[in-house]
Amino acid sequence: MLRVFTAIPYVWLLVLFLVPFAIVAKISVSDYAISIPPYTPTLDFSEGWAGVNAFFAALDFENFTFLAEDELYWKAYLSSVQIAAIATFLTLSVGFPIAYGMARAPREWQPALLMLVILPFWTSFLIRVYAWIGILANEGFLNQFLMWLGVISEPLQILNTNWAVYIGIVYTYLPFMILPIYASLERMDPSLLEAAEDLGCSRTAAFWHVTWPLARPGVIAGCFLVFIPTVGEFVIPSLLGGSDTLMIGKVLWEEFFNNRDWPVASAVAIILLLILIIPIVLFQRHETKERERGA
Amino acid sequence: MNRLSWFNVVSLTLGFAFLYIPMVILVIFSFNESKLVTVWAGFSTKWYGEVIRNEAFLDAAWVTLRVAFFSATIATVLGTMAAYAMMRRGAFVGRTLFSGMIYAPLVMPEVITGLSLLLLFIAIGLDRGVLTIILAHTTFAMCYVSVVVSSRLVSFDNSLEEAALDLGCTRFQAFMSVTLPIIAPAVIAGWLLAFTLSLDDLVIASFTAGPSATTLPIKIFSSVRLGVSPEINALSTIIIGIVTVGVLVASVLSKRQIAQARRDEAMADQAEG
Repeated sequence: MLRVFTAIPYVWLLVLFLVPFAIVAKISVSDYAISIPPYTPTLDFSEGWAGVNAFFAALDFENFTFLAEDELYWKAYLSSVQIAAIATFLTLSVGFPIAYGMARAPREWQPALLMLVILPFWTSFLIRVYAWIGILANEGFLNQFLMWLGVISEPLQILNTNWAVYIGIVYTYLPFMILPIYASLERMDPSLLEAAEDLGCSRTAAFWHVTWPLARPGVIAGCFLVFIPTVGEFVIPSLLGGSDTLMIGKVLWEEFFNNRDWPVASAVAIILLLILIIPIVLFQRHETKERERGA
Repeated sequence: MNRLSWFNVVSLTLGFAFLYIPMVILVIFSFNESKLVTVWAGFSTKWYGEVIRNEAFLDAAWVTLRVAFFSATIATVLGTMAAYAMMRRGAFVGRTLFSGMIYAPLVMPEVITGLSLLLLFIAIGLDRGVLTIILAHTTFAMCYVSVVVSSRLVSFDNSLEEAALDLGCTRFQAFMSVTLPIIAPAVIAGWLLAFTLSLDDLVIASFTAGPSATTLPIKIFSSVRLGVSPEINALSTIIIGIVTVGVLVASVLSKRQIAQARRDEAMADQAEG
């Protein structure tokens, strides 16, 4: 029975997860053509080996040379990684104090606080991004509020800039940062901190010697969980970002849906995957190590 | 004893304000009379009427619910199988690949998953529609289910299953009558997660939907691109309401079940003692 339990999901994932990547890889070395499907060559078995040979002969790395030569793509990759890194740092800065506060809260409050963090995560991602359009727009709530306070006299342009993208990412990915940090801090014994302070540590020193080492696995997991998907993010830059917000997820989308250039879109996807493979492998190692330590 | 410092109180207050204020504004302004979303012009529920009369929204909602139901159900079966197999089997050929394929979709950018599945469907000549969205959603949702179920299986007492096997059960009988009832809360949580993920997905559905099927997120996205509208606020409020009630009910039920399980254990301990 265990064999059956392995085989069915295994085959499913092979067919619907691994094989599709092989197809993407294949199309990335094909050429654009005005036909259905819009690329050449297609594998033709009717001609036997000659057909297969012709098929392989027609494949080349032209799309990758194209990507390497066109500045737009390089800049899009770089700026995606940069935006994701800055946003991850911001999410950590916002999320850590919340997770820390939750872990320090009285035990009987903690389930309710946890619920409050998880609840937005269940609510539609799209709606949560959408909610910010009305807040950040020129005539939006934030500008109205700041002008009412008298801090500014003219509305700030926030929507359609990278700042709006950062805010959107921090907002939607915050639970992914809070939950792992909270999970690692939750077990912390507060008497450890008191002991450190009794032994003459300053509050800051106690934090760095006691709290930080305990929180670190959670911080690392949280950063990966925010950084990796953010690099390929599409919804946030397309709704909150401006025309000069370059993110590769958006480039891929437009290449595919607007230009209908499938081979270039596939090449963009392959390079994105190669960039992400390092953090993905590091993340998986980190998780396995933590699980073994916990067991 | 846990004590909150001023710093903790301030960061919790600001943090939760940040998480909830945007939603609250959205909900309040769904009852706005005016077409202008940022100027309050009096209370009205007319936008809810507009949503309910909008055939395109209703059709999309129906497609979305069907897709979410079927993909969550298949994903739960497959994900539970995968989690159980990974937990009970030792080394086997391809184990690393298997666990890699379970974890990778969790962090894979959606544009890549969507593009690759679409190219697969085109390559095998499958017409894009409700079926292809279900297949796509099942694939990434089963990985989430598997993670949720395996976190429950880690703390599962293996000796119960072994006792059933010793008493002459087949492995399948032991799984169905001993293991499954015990891990049921995790399996249900996995189904709920898969269901919400499917309801929520825009990117993968956009790639795999084709012109014949439109889901609610695709519909919302295309109208949101044109700007904020009170109708979308009303629709969002309905969705937020349903999700909130669902999550609260599920959490109360699971809390009750955990309490019941604790009482049963305590009684069993007493009986032994």
